[in-house]
Amino acid sequence: MGADVKTQLASEAGCHLFSGCGFPAPGLNEFDFKPIFSVGGVDFNKPMLLSILAALLVVGFFWAAFAKPKLLPGKLQLVGEIGYDFVKRSIVLETIGKKGEKYVPMLVSMFFFIWIMNIMSIIPFAQFPVTAAIAFPAGLAAVVWITYMTLTFKKHGFVGGLKNLCWPSGIPGWVMFILVPIEFFSNIFVRPFTLAVRAFANMFAGHLLIVMFSIASWYLLSPSLGALYGSASFVVAVALTAFELLVQFLQAYIFVMLASSYIAGALEEAH
Amino acid sequence: MSIVAQIAAEEKMNPLLPATPEIIIGLLCFFIVFGLLGKKLLPSIEKVLSERRDAIEGGMERAQTAQAEAQALLEQYRAELAEARHEAARITEHSREQGAVLIAEMREEGQRQRDAIVAAGHAQIEADKKQATAALRQDVGSLASQLASRIVGESLEDVARQSGVIDRFLDDLEAKAAVAQGAAK
Repeated sequence: MGADVKTQLASEAGCHLFSGCGFPAPGLNEFDFKPIFSVGGVDFNKPMLLSILAALLVVGFFWAAFAKPKLLPGKLQLVGEIGYDFVKRSIVLETIGKKGEKYVPMLVSMFFFIWIMNIMSIIPFAQFPVTAAIAFPAGLAAVVWITYMTLTFKKHGFVGGLKNLCWPSGIPGWVMFILVPIEFFSNIFVRPFTLAVRAFANMFAGHLLIVMFSIASWYLLSPSLGALYGSASFVVAVALTAFELLVQFLQAYIFVMLASSYIAGALEEAH
Repeated sequence: MSIVAQIAAEEKMNPLLPATPEIIIGLLCFFIVFGLLGKKLLPSIEKVLSERRDAIEGGMERAQTAQAEAQALLEQYRAELAEARHEAARITEHSREQGAVLIAEMREEGQRQRDAIVAAGHAQIEADKKQATAALRQDVGSLASQLASRIVGESLEDVARQSGVIDRFLDDLEAKAAVAQGAAK
């Protein structure tokens, strides 16, 4: 929200409750960034900058932690190992099993990249969850989808792959008329879409809520009863920030969890 | 920002439509992260983790081996100790038996020697007695015959010897003495 909110607050600095102006409700404009600079007609905006920053943070952290690994780990290496082990064991190996070992690096990278992009939401001056711009989760969902499809068809062949995607086992024949199109549609089109939209919508809504209560606490702040409302609004904003911290982690977790469950489905033996 | 401009901006923007440059930058960032982590950082930590696992398992294995060895050694020592005790007991028993045999032998030997000595003594005494008796008998006989010849005047020696008178007389005397001795006892 950073720059935009600042301009808005600056432009409406005198706008408070009982001062005759309406509530400047935040809307989509909170997610529409002015380009920082343009190269050949392509705008470089704040989410892009933050995604690069997130990538640098992830790489920087793991570089510092794992570049010269020791048998007896230092503090940083230990923290890195705990994070790595968490994704490896409680997400990837848990859902895929032993053969998921190959996909651990991709899913670990994905988890930390998404998590740090989400966390940008509550970092001062960044204050925008990169995943609230749908392009970022969409790109990652596309990576997951391509992996999912490639593995399915590589493992089962074309017909077997299609069967794996839309022919659930242990269902009576007449239900298949309904179920096969649904499964086909669900696995091939809906899954990548929901994967992207779930992460996007959660972060979008969370960001909107925080902005809403932040602006409200400013708007309600006036030498009147409004100060009470304003402070209540501020408390809610702080609580929401803490709540968002949880949601940011949870969304990264769910994204990677679903990605590994799709991979597990693709690697499943034919029934 | 005027209301109209804001609405115009909102109409232009659809939050569900991903912007291509953002997709490209996002993917680029992801693949940079994935590349560095997947190619370099995660393999290196995985290697160290497996080394650590090996070190821990190896250490535990070594400890187990050492423990087993110590246990085996202890068993061996115990067995040797028991054997040594057994051996000692056997040797003690053996020497006790041997000692008993030796004592018995020595006792027997002593007894035998004592018997031999006693027997030799008895034989000697008997022989001495016989000799003394014979000598005495001769002396007494000659004395008696001398006495008798002196009394009778002529030598009766040869006749007396021939007839064994003296001997008979002496035997009688002995018998009497023996009777007297038996009565005395």
